[in-house]
Amino acid sequence: MAFLELKNVEKTFFSKDSLNEAIRNISFSVMEGEFISIIGPSGCGKTTLLSLISGLVLPTTGKILLDGKEIQRPSPETGYMLQQDYLFPWLTIEENITIGLKTMGNLTETTRKRALLLLKQLGLADHAAKYPNQLSGGMRQRAALVRMLSTGPKLLLLDEPFSALDYQTKLKLEDLVFSTIKEHKKTAILVTHDIGEALVMSDRVILLSHSPGSIQRIFSIPEELKALIPFAARNHSAYNKWFQEVWKELESLERKA
Amino acid sequence: MKEKHKQLHQQYVNNLTKQKRYVRLTQCSMLLFFFVFWEVAAALKWIDPLLFSSPSRVWELLLTRIQDGSIVTHTSVTLSETVAGFLLGTALGTVMAGFLWWSPFLSKVLDPYLVVLNSMPKVALGPMLIVGLGPGFTSIIAMGALISIVITTLVVYNAFKEVDENYLKVIRSFGATKRQAFFSVVFPASYPSIISTLKVNVGLSWVGVIVGEFLVSKQGLGYLIVYGFQVFNFTLVMLALLVIAVLATIMYQFVELLEKKLIRRHHT
Ligand SMILES: Nc1ncnc2c1ncn2[C@@H]1O[C@H](COP(=O)(O)OP(=O)(O)OP(=O)(O)O)[C@@H](O)[C@H]1O
Ligand SMILES: [Mg+2]
Repeated sequence: MAFLELKNVEKTFFSKDSLNEAIRNISFSVMEGEFISIIGPSGCGKTTLLSLISGLVLPTTGKILLDGKEIQRPSPETGYMLQQDYLFPWLTIEENITIGLKTMGNLTETTRKRALLLLKQLGLADHAAKYPNQLSGGMRQRAALVRMLSTGPKLLLLDEPFSALDYQTKLKLEDLVFSTIKEHKKTAILVTHDIGEALVMSDRVILLSHSPGSIQRIFSIPEELKALIPFAARNHSAYNKWFQEVWKELESLERKA
Repeated sequence: MKEKHKQLHQQYVNNLTKQKRYVRLTQCSMLLFFFVFWEVAAALKWIDPLLFSSPSRVWELLLTRIQDGSIVTHTSVTLSETVAGFLLGTALGTVMAGFLWWSPFLSKVLDPYLVVLNSMPKVALGPMLIVGLGPGFTSIIAMGALISIVITTLVVYNAFKEVDENYLKVIRSFGATKRQAFFSVVFPASYPSIISTLKVNVGLSWVGVIVGEFLVSKQGLGYLIVYGFQVFNFTLVMLALLVIAVLATIMYQFVELLEKKLIRRHHT
């Protein structure tokens, strides 16, 4: 059985004098441990899709099932990382990464130690007592990742986590996030506008069409790329061919629009 | 190279200290000049010493009033009323803002009333308060609180509303209840606005309390001002004014201390 299943999901935003159809008729399913990327033109509803899966927003029609149960509200099974880090500036990094545990009433000495260990694994051990504004963009992004992972969610939702970073930092973080996720055997959905990133991180890439977003095409990444860590995958001979393929599809979308 | 940097930094720090010292020096000399000028002007009869008194007379009066203990009583009465009014006004205003944030329906319903209450001169309600609460302590504290409560409600509610929606998304993604979202995100995110209303409220509650004492006239610094005015003892009026200036400044400093503690790291 699929771990996550979307059935004919649609979302329309209503306001007093307009209505805005963000996504239309989206159906797909994700297996446990799978890494999915979602790409598509700006404003096509990628963020909307993630917030629907997170349970923060409910679909206008259709169903989203997590482990066979319909999602009605945010679940402890799901971790959501927003488009920017949104660390709370009035809390230290340690307080930031444990706030999820605290909110869920799970903050014990053991869970706190585990969160700090995770912080250490992502190379931020020395910064636990600092405040977010004392950290660089890449460090903050890593701290936000720890905050999400600290509560032990099984499904990770990542909204363009690397888009605000410089290229080098981005490549390093891709590797780090990739191996962290694989090591902990998590299921992940990554939104990105970087075709390369989508190809090297994921098992499947879902391409959304212009708004209202609907599924244009799903690419299954071949084993030879999937097995490699992102940096190595970018240097693999198959990488270019796939990049061209996705690029062409995106181009054809542009022409239609 | 290292040595040179150290030197430059030392120079920079010295410059800063020097500048700060100049500012302080100028401030002190202005104050000194003011008092000296006041004294001399009164002695040479440039100003009427009966009306404007003089620093030496105020000082003498202060000493005698400290000896007989009366200034201490009046000061402590006014100070406790002001602190009580200030705390009450700020706390109730903030709680009120919390309720408005909690219930959008309530905030829509109350909106026009708050606007009217806010534009109303609160001290004009003084007589009504005295009729309702009796001519004493309670009315005066109520006055000190009333004058700041509406503006606190409006400003703090606005701050609550303007908290970035995405911070709320983060906490809600952890399954936070509305209560948790309020206390771990909305409230701390609004510290800066709450502190700045505190600063305004310090001044406002002094206004409320002094006007209250004008009306009730039994004891306190406001009473001393009215009494001194009636018996033509302007030295007493000046003394009360100077005491108020000193106390209000001290209260303001306390708020600034609180600000340093609470919002050191608040700005990203
Ligand atoms: N809360 C909302 N209320 C009304 N309209 C919304 C809301 N959130 C999103 N939309 C609309 O839905 C559409 C999709 O927005 P969304 O943020 O999901 O796009 P996106 O693919 O994430 O874009 P980007 O790549 O720029 O991040 C847009 O037209 C947007 O204006
Ligand atoms: Mg987006």
